Order: sequence, then structure tokens, then C-alpha cells
Amino acid sequence: MYCDMVTINVMDKIMYGLHRQGRISFYMTNTGEEAVQIGSAAALTLEDTIYAQYREAGVLLHRGQPLAKFMNQCYGNCEDDGKGRQMPVHYGSKELNFMTISSPLTTQLPQAVGAAYAFKLDKKNACVACYFGEGATSEGDAHAAFNFAATLSCPVVFLCRNNGYAISTPVLEQLKGDGIAAKGPAYGINTIRVDGNDVLAMYYATKSAREFCIKQKKPVLIEAMTYRIGHHSTSDDSTVYRSVNEISQWDAHSPLVRFRLYLESLGLWCQKKEQELIDSTKKEIFRAFGEAECKSKPHWKNLFTDVYKEIPDHIRKQMNQMEKHLEEFKEHYPLSSFTHTK
Amino acid sequence: MMLSKLSTRLRYVGRKLLLSSGEFSAGPKSHARGTHFKYFPCEKPIVAVVLGETQKLNMYQAINHGLNIALENNPRSVVFGEDVAFGGVFRCTMDLKNRYGANRVFNTPLCEQGIAGFGIGLANAGILAIAEIQFADYIFPAFDQLVNEAAKMRYRSGNMFDCGKLTIRAPCGAVGHGGLYHSQSPEAYFAHTPGLKIVVPRGAMHAKGLLLSCIDEPDPCIIFEPKTLYRIAVEEVPVAHYKIEIGKAEIVRSGDAVTLVGWGTQVHVLLEVADLVQEKLGVSCEVIDLVSILPWDAELVCKSAKKTGRVIVAHEAPMTNGFGAEIAATIQTECFLHLEAPVQRVTGWDCPFPHIFEPFYLPDKWRCFAAVRDSLKY
Repeated sequence: MYCDMVTINVMDKIMYGLHRQGRISFYMTNTGEEAVQIGSAAALTLEDTIYAQYREAGVLLHRGQPLAKFMNQCYGNCEDDGKGRQMPVHYGSKELNFMTISSPLTTQLPQAVGAAYAFKLDKKNACVACYFGEGATSEGDAHAAFNFAATLSCPVVFLCRNNGYAISTPVLEQLKGDGIAAKGPAYGINTIRVDGNDVLAMYYATKSAREFCIKQKKPVLIEAMTYRIGHHSTSDDSTVYRSVNEISQWDAHSPLVRFRLYLESLGLWCQKKEQELIDSTKKEIFRAFGEAECKSKPHWKNLFTDVYKEIPDHIRKQMNQMEKHLEEFKEHYPLSSFTHTK
Repeated sequence: MMLSKLSTRLRYVGRKLLLSSGEFSAGPKSHARGTHFKYFPCEKPIVAVVLGETQKLNMYQAINHGLNIALENNPRSVVFGEDVAFGGVFRCTMDLKNRYGANRVFNTPLCEQGIAGFGIGLANAGILAIAEIQFADYIFPAFDQLVNEAAKMRYRSGNMFDCGKLTIRAPCGAVGHGGLYHSQSPEAYFAHTPGLKIVVPRGAMHAKGLLLSCIDEPDPCIIFEPKTLYRIAVEEVPVAHYKIEIGKAEIVRSGDAVTLVGWGTQVHVLLEVADLVQEKLGVSCEVIDLVSILPWDAELVCKSAKKTGRVIVAHEAPMTNGFGAEIAATIQTECFLHLEAPVQRVTGWDCPFPHIFEPFYLPDKWRCFAAVRDSLKY
């Protein structure tokens, strides 16, 4: 668990730097929320389906996503499972049962409930885990999902990362009342509020939520209290709306620091091991992104595929039109890097 | 709280009104008027010939039979939506809960975005999900789920995930007394969304065949069911499972002077127009039921346009950015030198759907007739 927390932290720093160098178009860090992600992920199985928002890379990492796949997606290269169609950090994995991220906020919530209902119908010994931020709960889809999950008794664990900010909007301007957890009972949903910066608390809360929800065929809501130490995304400078002092205070007590001190107190970890881990992780990430960067882009025709299972006539016609156009004007398009066929 | 309850009740009153006045033989004291069209039963039961046994059904019964087949054939299928368990406000889901159990045929909370999102999740997990949106007028809270999620699931995941097992049914169109919020035809909004498939049946036989096609289709589908046809549209419907191909239009009547293109209820208006034109102007119209809005059968429409040189497209939805605009633009590109007159659109006006002014709002047979006459004179 600790290794994954460090890996995601190191990866974020490197990817953030790559964006600053103009080598990837966008990035979102997970800094400060490593415990929510890794702690909960450790309590789930690969049978459980994950519906995530966009700040859950750690969950995917813990489920076994190789670094190369993260890099391939961020570069949108020919090895990207998403075929280069989405902005960076919109990961997904069929084999790891992790639904592909979409940018619209909260849309994954009612979908997670539907998937959970399917699990119930299929009598699966698994649940759906659905991640979202506290800002997402202001969307109508959150209400829809909570209400559907409760009335239709769906085995879904709602995992709210209350990290204090929705981009720049602090939680106090997002909602009144006692946070997200207070909403649970109103919907008839069993609810836990947990210290999301304590990875072990997060693990046990998720583990018991999972057990309850599979056994009872009912939803559980977890509000994990955490703090987004990083900016919202690479398009954001959070010091405009919060003090550097506030950030550094949280940073000093980050989930990584807390877990490391705990491990050290048990004699399970030391500075030497820490440095070795960071060094080897960095090396691995540099290698992965170096490889990802060298790979060519997917063939441009992937622009037209997968809209439907089969390409309908009108789209095929448009694809042929584009092909003709490219023949004539090829020098004006970056064709050479977009002709790779997998 | 109180306010929201009140508005919920009001909405139900509206629905009840529609239900109770399902009979269209309006008495002299009734404020509800009769239909603006005459129903033409399907003359060419293309599929029925092969399929043998038929049964006389109206459109809601045909849909009910279709749903029944789907539920029976696939134990991993569900039917859900508002008031679906007791049979639905239009009776399409009657008796299904008794047959297949409350786990597979069930009510959801009153929340369209929830219904759509929930359906996507089911479909993602491999369950055949057939959702009912009680009125197409109320589908807009689900717009985001359908347009940003259902339609893009396959594309954005590089074909790792898809929700092709999702079918949305929604009653649409004019009904004589539906006013602003029980009459709309929102097909064009959705037709602007790559990834969705959209069909509109013109009667009982098409409703069942198209529904079963949507259910089998590997892409998410919306079937807009003209609610005025639920009871009126009675015809011989094959008892067995059959499909009507999505993406294919149908020549309902052959002719050589003018091509008339419509879908849903409007096909019946156009058939009457064809009779009027024959009687008053002595020429024949070719009437095309588009059947499928997305994808649509440009090939068949353009072939007919090249033959007649004159095209009228008619739909109930407002003109600006209506689907007729798409058809007209395509005909202009594909058939420019064959055209004898500009393609005309006869549609609902660019106004909300007005309650008592419905006879003036609809592209009825006289407005269509006038357009045909003008086209012939051009």
C-alpha cells in the first residue's frame, strides 16, 4: 500500500513537470488524496467494478495498471487503450474492471447504481465502488443516484472524497449542513465518515462497507475527509484562492507522511528504504514515459471508428471524404505520426 | 418540500388527463378535438408474409408484445421507468411485472436523469436495459446522460466498454390536447449526437419490429413512439419475433410527381395528402416513411428525389434546425441538378407547442397540400 502511495505521488510530480515542459497537454495530480485512493482500493477486489471521477489514478494503480498504460493514455499514443480520443488522465481498463473516466461530473453515479443492480440480478458476490468529490454531490445526478440506490437496494459503495475544494470553490460555498455524510441517512443509506488521510482507517471503512453492501444488497456512503494538496489541474493555480500557508500545513501532515511515520514506528520502514523506493520509482516512470513519448499516434482513421459498433454509411462516407482531402493536402496535416496501425 | 409535492401531483394530473381521454371519438361537449389525421394501416406487411401468424393489435399492445418477447428470450433483461410496474401510463408494460417478477419489471423514482444513467450502468454490466421515459417532453433531464454518456461510451473507451444493450422508449408527438409539455417531438436534438440510434414507428407493426431491433442493436437506441397512435394504430401484427431494419426508410406509396418525406404520425398525414393531390391535381406523390432518424436512409430519399425532382419534408417539430433541415441539405447536395423546385419543409412553427392552437400549429394535410401545389407550380 505504501509503495503505491509513493508511486502515485512520484508519478504525479513527474507528469506535472512534463506538462510544464509542454510534453503532455494536461494533467491532474492526486497529491494529498493517496490514502483515500490506495486505502479503499486495497479493500476492494477485481470482481468489484469501479466507477471513478478523475482523481483516482491510485485506485487503478493499486488494481495493477502498469505505469506504461498510464503514460500511453497521457500521450494518446498508438498503445493507448482509449485510442488517443480523450484528454490525459481519462483512464479505463476492461481487465481491471475500471470504467473509462468521462469529464462530465457525477454522471458515473447513477451508472454505478445501475451496474450494482445488475450485480444483484446476477447474484454476484461483488459490489460497485463509485468515487466522486464533494463538489459532485451538488449535481442532480448525485441525488438521482442516492435515491435510486436506496429505493432499488443496490450493492454500491459511494466513496466521496471530501477534499475541501471543487476547483476553487471551498466546501463551505458548496453545501450547508453537516457535509456529505449527513445526506446519507436522509436517503436511507448507511453512512460512514472517515479520516481519509489515514490509509488504514480508509481500508477498514471500505472493507466493512463492502461486506455490508454485498451481504445486505444495500448501498453504503463513505465520506472520506481529505485535502487536495495539489492544484485542481494543470490549468489551475490554486494559490489564487487559497493561502500557501494553508497548503503547507496540510502538506506537513499529508497521508504519506503519516503512514511513513507509522511504519517507521513499527520498525517496518526507514529513510534508506524510502530513498531507494523513490529512486527506483522515478527510474521506472522516466523509462515508461520515455517509451510512451516515442510511440507514434494511432492511425487517423480511429477518429471515425467506435462511434457505433459498425461504421454506418454516412460516417464511412465522411471518412472517405477526409481520405481524399488528405491525399491532396497531406503536407498540411501531421500525417506521418498518425498512420500507425496496431 | 410542499411545493415540490404539489408540482409532482400536478404533473400526474396532466398524465391522468391524457390517459382518461385515450378514446379519440370526442363528443360534442368535449374540448378535446379529434385527430388531425386518418390512420392508414400498413399495406405492405413485408415481414408478416414470412412470419405467418398475425394478430390484430393496437400500437401499445404491439409494444407490450415486443417487450414480452424480449423479457422471455433473455433472462438478463429488465424493463423499468416511472409507473412501469402497474402497466405504464400508456399501458405498454401491462402484465409484465406479474410474468417476470418485480426484480425485472419495476418502478424507478421520478427522475429521468436517474433512469437514463441507471440504464447505462445496467447495459455496461451486460444487462438488456429497456427504459421508459414517460413523455419525450420530460427526457431533457436525461439529455446529459444520453448525449455525453450513452452515446460516447464506446468511443471514449476505445471500444473497451459500450452500453449497446440500452433502449430508451419515449412517447412523443401531438395528441390533440397535450399542450406544451405532452406533445413535443425532440428527435432532432438527439439526431445531432453521433453514437445514438433513433427510430420512430408509424404504427403497431413498425413499433414492435423497431423495438425488437433497438433491443438487439449493439448501440444505444431511442425509440420515440407517437403517443396518438397507441390506440388508433390497429393492424395485423406478426406474433413471432421480427425486426425492422434501423437505418432503412420505406416507400409507403409509389408516385412520380412529388416526394413526400415524413415519419411517425406525419406519414399518415402525407398519405392523405397524396390522395388529395391525386384527386385535386391529378398527379401522384411518392410517400416515404423515414422510419429511422439516425442513421437515416439518404440513399432511398435521394433516389426518389432524383426521380420526382420535387421534395416536401414534413415533421411536427419546429422548423429551425428540425431534422427536415438535414434532409433538405443532403438532397440539395446530392440531387441539385435533378430538382425542379426547392425542397420545402412543412413543419410545426418555431413556437412552443400550443394547447388550443394545435390545429394551426401542426403541418396538417392542408398545409402539406399547399406546399405540394406550390412545388408543382414552381
